[in-house]
Amino acid sequence: MISTPATVADDNVLLRTTGLTRHFRLGGLLSRRMLHAVDDLDMVIHEREIVALVGESGSGKTTVARLLAMIYPPTRGDILYRGRSVHKLHSRKDVLWYRGEVPMVFQDPYSAMNPVFRVAHGVMRNLKLHRRDLDGAQQREEAERVFDIVGLNPAADMLRKFPYEMSGGQRQRVGFAQALAVRPKLILADEPVSMLDVSIRAGILNMMARLRAEEETSILYITHDIASARYVADRIIVMYAGHAVEQGPTEVVLSRPKHPYTRLLLSAVPDPREKAVPVSADSGEPPRVIDPGEGCRFRQRCPYAIDKCATVTPLPRPMGPAHDAACHVAVPDVVDGDEAGTAGEWRRTPAPADQSLFG
Amino acid sequence: MSTATIAAETEPIEVVAGTRSQSAFARFTRAILRNRKASAGTVILLILVLLAIFPGVIARDDPEAAIYGQNLGPSAQHLLGTTQLGQDVFSQLIWGTRLTLIVTVVVSALATVISMVIGVSAAYIGGLTDRSLSLLTDIFLIIPTLPLLIVLASYLPPGSVTMIVVLTLTSWAFQARQLRSQGLSLRARDFLSAAKVRGERTSYIIFVEIIPTMTSLIVASFLGLSVFVVGFAAGLQFLGLGNSTELTWGTMLYYAQQGGALEAGNAWWALAPGAAVAFMGAGFALVNYAFDEIGNPALRPVRKRRARTTA
Amino acid sequence: MPEPLLEVENLSVSYLTDTADIRAVEKVNLSVQAGEFLGIVGESGCGKSTLLFAIAQLLSPPAEVTSGRVVFRGQDLVRLTDNELRLVRWRDYSVVMQSAMNALNPMKSIGAQFKDTMRAHERVSANAIRTRSAEVLHLVGIDATHLESYPHQLSGGMRQRAMIAMALLFTPQLVIMDEPTSALDVVAQRSLMTQIKELQQKLGFAVMFVTHDMSVIANYSDRLMVMYAGQVAEIGATRSIFERPLHPYSKGLLDAFPSVRGPRRPLTGIPGSPPDLGRPPTGCRFHPRCSEVMTQCLTTEPELFSVEATEVRCLLYADSAEPAVAR
Repeated sequence: MISTPATVADDNVLLRTTGLTRHFRLGGLLSRRMLHAVDDLDMVIHEREIVALVGESGSGKTTVARLLAMIYPPTRGDILYRGRSVHKLHSRKDVLWYRGEVPMVFQDPYSAMNPVFRVAHGVMRNLKLHRRDLDGAQQREEAERVFDIVGLNPAADMLRKFPYEMSGGQRQRVGFAQALAVRPKLILADEPVSMLDVSIRAGILNMMARLRAEEETSILYITHDIASARYVADRIIVMYAGHAVEQGPTEVVLSRPKHPYTRLLLSAVPDPREKAVPVSADSGEPPRVIDPGEGCRFRQRCPYAIDKCATVTPLPRPMGPAHDAACHVAVPDVVDGDEAGTAGEWRRTPAPADQSLFG
Repeated sequence: MSTATIAAETEPIEVVAGTRSQSAFARFTRAILRNRKASAGTVILLILVLLAIFPGVIARDDPEAAIYGQNLGPSAQHLLGTTQLGQDVFSQLIWGTRLTLIVTVVVSALATVISMVIGVSAAYIGGLTDRSLSLLTDIFLIIPTLPLLIVLASYLPPGSVTMIVVLTLTSWAFQARQLRSQGLSLRARDFLSAAKVRGERTSYIIFVEIIPTMTSLIVASFLGLSVFVVGFAAGLQFLGLGNSTELTWGTMLYYAQQGGALEAGNAWWALAPGAAVAFMGAGFALVNYAFDEIGNPALRPVRKRRARTTA
Repeated sequence: MPEPLLEVENLSVSYLTDTADIRAVEKVNLSVQAGEFLGIVGESGCGKSTLLFAIAQLLSPPAEVTSGRVVFRGQDLVRLTDNELRLVRWRDYSVVMQSAMNALNPMKSIGAQFKDTMRAHERVSANAIRTRSAEVLHLVGIDATHLESYPHQLSGGMRQRAMIAMALLFTPQLVIMDEPTSALDVVAQRSLMTQIKELQQKLGFAVMFVTHDMSVIANYSDRLMVMYAGQVAEIGATRSIFERPLHPYSKGLLDAFPSVRGPRRPLTGIPGSPPDLGRPPTGCRFHPRCSEVMTQCLTTEPELFSVEATEVRCLLYADSAEPAVAR
């Protein structure tokens, strides 16, 4: 079932999911209807990497975030963090270990902080729970340090503020500071800029890139905005109706999209700097996947659908080095005369342009 | 020390002038002073509390002393007249404040705490716990209060403690439902998921993250319940279910009825405790209204201000 | 140049509260010609929604129009009584709200709500209502059988299109839209915008479209107005503003959009946050965040200056241009 991700070098893999699935029962206890939020997701996140999980609402991306954050368990499949199966962690010690390495930043800066406490609360709690090696004074210092890193200066004053005294952008920085306080390996960022004004997003996106470089943290950047994904992410995973339909290095997927949905998404993204690209008259929307059968979930909207698409669920197939797409009709790139995917192991290296953008 | 700082944002929006990092208590006090209903209610309650603590300051006579003329009407020496046994009604009224207030406050506090713990736990933990706790709440809601009270009060030793126990048991359930509803609406708030994801225990989340955000609702529950309890307690005591040797406004009503105050010519003996109960209830109710208005600006009285309109 | 369909003159709106007077809209002038698509762009707190509500006469206390006129087809809407307003509303202009789920009654079918709307503004027979309802649904690409559907049975995009259909019941000359695409995904958004443009070309109505996301209307609006802190920062032809933004704020906004197709470049955004409208900065309201600030910007409030066909409120253009003629 897994193609390219399995051939990826294992030495710097932080997190790997295999066949990750989550269903929700609709209706009461006796109902048989199941909502398929996520089905059979295979993905990998390496150290010091930003992976974008891109999809519209209903694609399952938020469910993936919640699964990785252990908010609820998967219906099937596995999540391996540093080789250990996450949902088999039961002892408080093990659970705290995981939570201390994989924190989450939430979408809504206005609801992610308890309005009753000062903004230092979340940071201090994180330090108390996960940085027992520090004493009280050192914890206070560390809180100031992470506030400095995210640009909330002067840190000592900012720590004393209440959430209502801060703007949305500042609150979101607090969210990242909380995550940084535990010295994370992987930050799960669930649409961290979607609710912020456009002019403020750039600052947060730039900050995320610096976290990768200077704090050596990986970030799973969950978003519906493919343009910002392109800006910060090394790799991109496109989700549709609970399935990963395409994944690979960002520039490759965006310049040579193989899956028809990726192409549709790309053509629909508005760019103020260019004239509108004419879009095929598609007025469809992602389906709510309730008790689906076999077959590709995109077929009703797909201009390239063939008979097979209605009966056989497409599995990810290699399209190029480390690039795969789950589509019966997608045509792989041919690399150096070899069939793509057999051209040896792929080692993740950032494209040279990546680093220079962020100074 | 990392030097990766970003151009920090400048001063954020000053939402309300002069409220820099003020604690909730400071803001709360200011809000009370600015709201007329709250101020009036607070004054009433303060008066009652002072009377409860220092009754002797106003009422010089010993309330129990049956030394005066019987069934006298109001006069300069006896502002509200005397009882059938010759006790000064006014003194009784003032001295009765203490126990009445204590019973009311203790019952309300206990019932609020119980309903808070049960309601919020049910909402947050969900699942089987929620179902069992909700069932428990519903049972207590369905039980007919008055008959239960009468039965319990008859079997248990009469007195304030019984009264407190009995009233608490029968009044927590309603609040629990309310607090559960509020708790349910809070479940979706991200700061609770955030607490869970950072590894907090469930008990911590309930007591430190959820309940403090519900303070205004909890205080409002407490106040609303007090209005109800003060009347109910008095009513039970009037029926003779209290301890008639204790001095409260309810027992005064009991004796007034037994002693035929209205026929004997001292109507004030019956009316005064009733009015006092209403007075205390009004105090709680006014502060309660004010809480709603403070918490929800949409309910505040609209004071239209006309700006100068230039064409 | 023919009479404009809508002319807003010196409009100011304030929120009058106990603690402060918040001047959400400050002396805004704009005009909309028949059939024109005007985009109004700004971030949270700039006053664009308040402006829209003021024009549509939908303000409620503590918000109040404190000065100015909204002249629609010769009548000042601000000064009309409720009865007079009812004649104009929905027939000559209509409004599409931000979230269909908030604006549509979840307990009534779409058809029933269309009927309510029509009955509220005109005496029409049941037959005429049915015909017209089916017609407008068809216009937006929804099958007429959905007249019986309830809002929750429709997808987000369809609900939003139903809202637009409702706004077109009387074929108004002006349709005012408040962020109708913000709750939609990229593909549904693109589809809706295309639809609006087609309808506009077919039926000839003017559109006033308020959004925080410039890229949404980039390819659809004829003219664009950029708002900041309750004032007009820049207004002109859309293409001019995108190709050559004059106001530093417009420049900053445009630069803040990461591009999907063009070359990758560093994004800078705009430092700081929008000002407190109860106590706006002295001089130019944008000066604390401006990368091209000059000393006079701290004390002088800039007028709107004309630079070719664009008007911009910035002292950078004070010498080279003439002040825009006060209307």
